[in-house]
Parts: sequence; C-alpha cells; structure tokens
Amino acid sequence: MTDDKLIIAGIEFQSRLWVGTGKYKDFAETKKAIEASGTDVVTVSVRRVNIIDKSKENLLDYIDPRKYKILPNTAGCFTAKDAIRTAMLAAEAGITKLVKLEVIGDQKTLFPDNEATLEAARTLLKEGLIVLPYVSDDPIMAKKLVDLGCPAVMPLAAPIGSGLGIRNPYNLRIIMESVKVPIIVDAGVGTASDVALAMELGCDAVLLNTAIAGAKDPIAMAEAMKYGVLAGRLAYMAGRIPKKLYATASSPIEGLIGS
Amino acid sequence: MTITLNGEKKSVPDAVTVLGLLEFLKIQQQRVAVELNMEIVKKDTYPTTALKDGDSVEIVSFMGGG
Repeated sequence: MTDDKLIIAGIEFQSRLWVGTGKYKDFAETKKAIEASGTDVVTVSVRRVNIIDKSKENLLDYIDPRKYKILPNTAGCFTAKDAIRTAMLAAEAGITKLVKLEVIGDQKTLFPDNEATLEAARTLLKEGLIVLPYVSDDPIMAKKLVDLGCPAVMPLAAPIGSGLGIRNPYNLRIIMESVKVPIIVDAGVGTASDVALAMELGCDAVLLNTAIAGAKDPIAMAEAMKYGVLAGRLAYMAGRIPKKLYATASSPIEGLIGS
Repeated sequence: MTITLNGEKKSVPDAVTVLGLLEFLKIQQQRVAVELNMEIVKKDTYPTTALKDGDSVEIVSFMGGG
C-alpha cells in the first residue's frame, strides 16, 4: 500500500481520514482525538481573535501546523462574498493556500449553495488558492467545479453533524465516474462503517468532525475511524467479489466420502 | 484615537501601524490575518500601514471547526 498515495494539487497526504477540530470538550481533547485518528490533515475555522481574554489558549498551540496540514474552512458563510473574504483572510495568515470552500444555502440543512460556491470558487482559484469545495452529491455540480480548476471535490454524505452516513452511494459512484480528481466525502458520517463504505465505493478520503467529537468516547471513535478508512481502502484496492443471487460452494466437490 | 476592533470600539495609540497594534494587543503576527476597512492587509505591509481615527479593523485567526 506504500505507493497508494493521495496527492492533491501536488501536495501528498499521508492519511485518507481528515478530521475537523470543532465541537470538542477542550483543546486537550481535540489534540488527543486528532492523534488517535492518525490523520495529517485538520480543518479549522476562521474567526475573530479574542482581544479581551488574553489567557484564552490558541488552537495552534495544541495542533502544530508543522506536523499537520491545516485546512481552513469558510464555515458560517452564506454568500460568495463572505466566503471569498474569509478564504482570502485565511490565506493571508500565511500558513496555507488550501481552503475548504463552504457557502451554506440553508441554516437547517447546512446544504451548500452550489451556485454561490461556483462563483466563489471561480474568484478564489484566480487568486491562486487551492480550492477544495464542499458540494452536494450532485455529479453535474461536481463536474462544474472541477472544470473551473478545483483539484478535488468534497461531496456531502448527509447534512453536517447528522450522522446519517452515506445517503446516496450511487451519486458518489457517478461523481467518481464523472470527474478525474480526488473525491473527499465530507459531512454527515456517523460511525466507522460509514467511512469504510465511502472508501469501498472508491472515494479517496473522508472528512469528518461531529462523528468523532460527538461520540461518547471521542478518542476511541477517532481510532475506529482510522481503521474504518484503512479497511475500506484496502478492500477497495483488493477488488471485491461480485454479488450473486445464488450460492457458489466454497468447499471442493471432489473427494466427498460416499461419492 | 478610537478605532473599531473586531466589532468593538477601542482606544489605541495615535497613528499606530498594524504591526504596532498587534504588539499593543500582544498578538503574535504569525498566525493571524488582518483586515482594515474591509481590505485585507498584506503581511509585509504591517510595519508600514498606519491606522487613522475611526478605522475598522478585523483580526482573525484559526479556531476549531469542521
């Protein structure tokens, strides 16, 4: 498996499990969960610095940007303009040119506003950012984003934080056939079998946050997710047997006593 | 002079530069990005960009998120 590399825009990623840093009890738990997951990619949000409370700790004191690839998101943005502003600010911090572009269309579902996502992606790609767009599991939209120049796409499995898992594996398979860039399933996974399924379908990576942070034991779930992704990827590469209606015996017919 | 900093009015030294403001606030410049009156300030101009009374400044960094 050593030559099964995940490369996006010339960047080599060691792990096919990407993990968010939100919703944990505290930074110490965040750090432990990230370590247990074995990931080398973490997402972060872009927010105002706390001016008043100087004692407030910094996430990057716990998650070392030299050890992990930082993937800033544009979470909380409902317009292309806000997403562009947030992404450009993230890039100016000087740590990375990667951005997970999210332009949200609806508070309840947190589904992406695909039209605004396209518009923001167009601008950010021109500015030289490496845009990884969060998109609905729509092959047409995925292709439009890739045609613009996005080096990967991030279709949702289900609404963010819903834990519903891969609601439409068929769409994900169609996306894989429609675009020639890595596909990172993002949002909505709930447990290890969900990520294994995504990887068995042939997806290149899975990004999740709530499934780990919201689990009863986040550290254990992070480890479970690590194995889920590894198992799913290995199974995909191994080439599964076809599904059949009837049985085919596993034991030989020859040499049966009494025959 | 008074500027609006992250949405709140704040008293800062007259004609302070962006770099000076960060130092005044004891904020390390490596992990932040700064916006002045809705325009992103390039990091290499922090020492030379001076603020005026009434300016609006946003200082952001990376927080937890999915």
